[in-house]
Amino acid sequence: MREVAVIGIGQTKIEEHWDKSLRELAGEAVLSAMADAGLDHFDALYMGNMMSGSANFQQHLGAYIADWVGQRYTEGIRLEAACSSAAAAFRTAVMAVASGEVEVAVAGAVEKMTDSPSDIITGELATAADADWERDQGISFVALNALIMRRYMHEYKWGKEAFAGFSINAHANGVNNPNARFRSPISEQDYVRAPMVADPINVMDASPLGDGAAALVLVPAEKVRSAPGQPRIRVVGSGAATDTIAVHSRQVPLWLSAAEKSARQAYAQASLRPEEIDLFEAHDAFSIMAALSLEACGFAEPGKAPLLALEGEIRPTGRIPIATMGGLKARGHPVGATGLYQLVEVVQQLRGQAGANQVPGAKIGMAQNIGGSGSNIIAHILRADE
Amino acid sequence: MEIPRHWRLKKQRYALIGEVCPYCDGKIFPPRDVCPHCGGEARNVYPFSGKGTVYSYTVMQDAPAGYESQAPYTVALVKLEEGPVVTAQLTDLGEQAVEIGMPVEMVTRKLREDGGAKGMLIYGYKFRPVGLGPH
Ligand SMILES: [Zn+2]
Repeated sequence: MREVAVIGIGQTKIEEHWDKSLRELAGEAVLSAMADAGLDHFDALYMGNMMSGSANFQQHLGAYIADWVGQRYTEGIRLEAACSSAAAAFRTAVMAVASGEVEVAVAGAVEKMTDSPSDIITGELATAADADWERDQGISFVALNALIMRRYMHEYKWGKEAFAGFSINAHANGVNNPNARFRSPISEQDYVRAPMVADPINVMDASPLGDGAAALVLVPAEKVRSAPGQPRIRVVGSGAATDTIAVHSRQVPLWLSAAEKSARQAYAQASLRPEEIDLFEAHDAFSIMAALSLEACGFAEPGKAPLLALEGEIRPTGRIPIATMGGLKARGHPVGATGLYQLVEVVQQLRGQAGANQVPGAKIGMAQNIGGSGSNIIAHILRADE
Repeated sequence: MEIPRHWRLKKQRYALIGEVCPYCDGKIFPPRDVCPHCGGEARNVYPFSGKGTVYSYTVMQDAPAGYESQAPYTVALVKLEEGPVVTAQLTDLGEQAVEIGMPVEMVTRKLREDGGAKGMLIYGYKFRPVGLGPH
């Protein structure tokens, strides 16, 4: 297997893009990643997306986007793994280049959620759960996370306000990210007073949906050299794992086994320990998911992740910065595209291009993309070479 | 729509019919083809008692399509006394506050209405606090 490097990144702002179509949005991200890489051609396109079939009446995104960006005749497929679709596309691109089969791969991802009525989108999100045994009971995706959060608060004796730090950090970082959906800071008061969505999850725990696209260009690492201010960024770890589709079937509903397994695979490949990770783009679709992800990846003991938030250790200057460009909470969560925003942001950090949110001296960054309520989890570790 | 899917699930939905694994004696609900405990083939029918406790709960204010007429309602993870956990609504709560650990029992109720007056009605299990008399 060859080592793989990232040489280009692209992203669109996350918002309601009324004026742009699905392919215009995806094309913008892919073309900007190609321009960043200085390439006008690629060999394969792996598109992550969750719901374009029902939200936009368009499937077949491999050919659809390859054609749009002027790369017809190239290989192109779409990958779906609910909210972890984008990381699935990235992992596929990494494996394609690592195998020696593909020289230049583009991992792209797009989700256009605001063209359809919100009840269609809510119903579509619920398809990531078990239709027969979860959805038919009248439960939503938010409510599934609320069940997990309430049990977590009960077992580990945390009050609601203990989770405020996750949302406050994300919003503080979103202020400095021009691509973020929300760019206003929030206070602890704002968090505590926020209206409930599904108790104990309030609107400040839940990430906003939106339209967005992101892309990365991957090539064999042997073809890339570090230059001053332009370090070579290698993909040093990639891991993926599944868990039960239904939350109720988990051995331990408060432990993300697939997060642990995917992170351990990535650590082992990279020969790294959690303490060596400089920043972690966690999947904070809900505050509780950020907490469970931090614990399963070895950054906190079970039940202790809220302490990291309370003590400021998740801020850009803390021990394990998360949501450094706003996270899902403030940057936004265009579900099937989110995993590539996380990876684009890791690259920004490792290049030293994260502006006011720069993690000082960041050399090693991890991203973890969670599909469903923990049923498909994909982790990547990227490293900047001197 | 989806009539065959709901028809296939009616035994489990109306009477909590699950399985018991012939190899490890693990109780399984909802039914599966492969035992989650030992990996053996799971095919032996096992009726669950319908008794359990609340493992966690939340309230649905904004109900999904087909469930609006019942909102707001409480959904829970219920730990059955035989071991498995199921996702289900709580019903017949009256003024009673829901708590983790609260004992509950299964009843069969209307889950969903599809497509107005002529649409399909879907029935299935819900759980109510124990000790509220016959249903
Ligand atoms: Zn068994």
